[in-house]
Amino acid sequence: MSTALTMARAGLLLAGFAAVGAGLLAGTYWLTRGPIEASAQARLLRELNAVLPASRYDNALAADTVEVDDPRLGGTQTVYRARLHGKPAALILTATAEDGYSGPIQLLVGVDLQGQITGVRITQHRETPGLGDKIERRKSDWVLSFDGRSLSSPPSEQWRVRKDGGIFDQFAGATITPRAVVHTVRDTLDWVQEHGAGVFSEAPEPAPAPPGERLLEPPA
Amino acid sequence: MNYRKLVRDGLWTNNPGLVQLLGLCPLLAVSNNLVNALSLGLATLFVLTMSNLTVSAIRGVVRPEIRIPVYVMVIASLVTIVELVMNAYVQTLYDILGIFLPIITTNCVIIGRAEAFAAKNRVLPATVDGFMMGLGFLLVLVVLGGVREVLADGTLGNGMHLLLGASMEGVYLTVIPDMQGLLLAALPPGAFIGLGLLIALKNVIDARQKRRATGDAPGVVAQTQTA
Repeated sequence: MSTALTMARAGLLLAGFAAVGAGLLAGTYWLTRGPIEASAQARLLRELNAVLPASRYDNALAADTVEVDDPRLGGTQTVYRARLHGKPAALILTATAEDGYSGPIQLLVGVDLQGQITGVRITQHRETPGLGDKIERRKSDWVLSFDGRSLSSPPSEQWRVRKDGGIFDQFAGATITPRAVVHTVRDTLDWVQEHGAGVFSEAPEPAPAPPGERLLEPPA
Repeated sequence: MNYRKLVRDGLWTNNPGLVQLLGLCPLLAVSNNLVNALSLGLATLFVLTMSNLTVSAIRGVVRPEIRIPVYVMVIASLVTIVELVMNAYVQTLYDILGIFLPIITTNCVIIGRAEAFAAKNRVLPATVDGFMMGLGFLLVLVVLGGVREVLADGTLGNGMHLLLGASMEGVYLTVIPDMQGLLLAALPPGAFIGLGLLIALKNVIDARQKRRATGDAPGVVAQTQTA
C-alpha cells in the first residue's frame, strides 16, 4: 500500500472518531442544557434567598437587576431589586472586597429600605483554608454578625474588626480577611444610602447570565 | 485471563496512586476532604472504566500511527460528558472540583492503562482492569481525603449532601470534637506528607508480608517503582 493511501486512511479514521466523539458530546450537551440552566438559576436563587428571605419579596428577583459601577463596591456589580406587592422592598448587591489576603473576595449583601442588612454571604474567595475561610457560612457563623446591622448600628467608627477598635470579631491568625469583608460591607451600606432609592426607578436591564464559575472552596 | 490478578494489581500491587504514582496532580490537590476526594475518585473511576472499554473495543480498527490521538479523543469526550452531567445534577460539587474535573483528561493513569492494557486485551478484561485501577485510585484519594479532613477540621464526610442530595445535609461524623485544626493537613504540604506516609505504610506491609513468606529472610526491602 502506498504511503499516501495509508495516510489518507489514517486521516479518515481519525476524522471518523472525531465525528463520533463530537456527536456524543452534542447529544449530551443537548440533553443536559436544560438541567444545567435550571441548576444555575436554582443556585442563584438559593444564594439570593440566603441574604434576603423569600417572604420579603414577591417579584422575579433574579431577573430584576441593574448594573452599577462604583469603586466602593469593587467595580461593576449587579444590583437585584426586591419588591413586595409592587413596592420597593430591598436590594441585594454583589460586591468585591479587593483587599482580601489572597485575592478578591466576592460578597452578596442584602439591604432593606431602612438601610438594615438582611444578610451577607461570601460567594467566592481564595482565603487560607482553616484561617481566613471562616468567612464562609459553611465554616462558621461569623458572617451572620452582620444581620440587622446598619450605618447607625454600630456607629461608623465601630464598623471595624475588634483589633481596629470595632465590634466585629477577627479570627485567630487571620485579621486581613475579616477586615476586608467588614470594610466592603460598610462601603456597600454607604452606597445604598446614597443611591439605593434611585436604583428602583431605573429601567431593568436584560437579565444577566448567571454568575460564572463559583469556587467556594479552592481545591488546593 | 486472570481476573484475580487484575483486582490485586489495581487495588494493591500496581496501585496507580501508591505504586505507579500516576495522576498525582489531582490526587494531591483534591484530597483536602472526603467529599471532594470521593467525587473526583468516582469521576475518574467512571472515565477510566469507560475509556478502557472503548479503547479495547476499537483496538481492531485503530491504526498504530493514530492510536494516541484517538485515545485522547475518547478520553476527552468521556471527561466532557462527565463534566456536563455533573454541572447539570451536582452543580455545587462541579464548582468545587473546578479545573480538576476537566484535567482528568490528562490524568496519566487513564492514557497509561489505555496504551499498556486496553489496547492489547479483550473487552472484558480491559474493562475490569480499568475499573480496578480506578477503584485503587479512588481508595487512595478517599483515604488521603479522609485523613486530611480529620486532621484539619476534626470531621469526616462534612458536605456529603453536595454529592448525595439534600437529605444528607448535616450528616457527618465529628471524629474529634472542638478540633482546632491542623492547618498543615489542609494545605498542599499536608497532601504530600500524607501521600508519602501512605506509600511508606504500603511498603512496610509489603515488606512484612515478604519476610513472612520467605521465612524471616533479613534485608528484604520492598521498593516502590516510579513510573
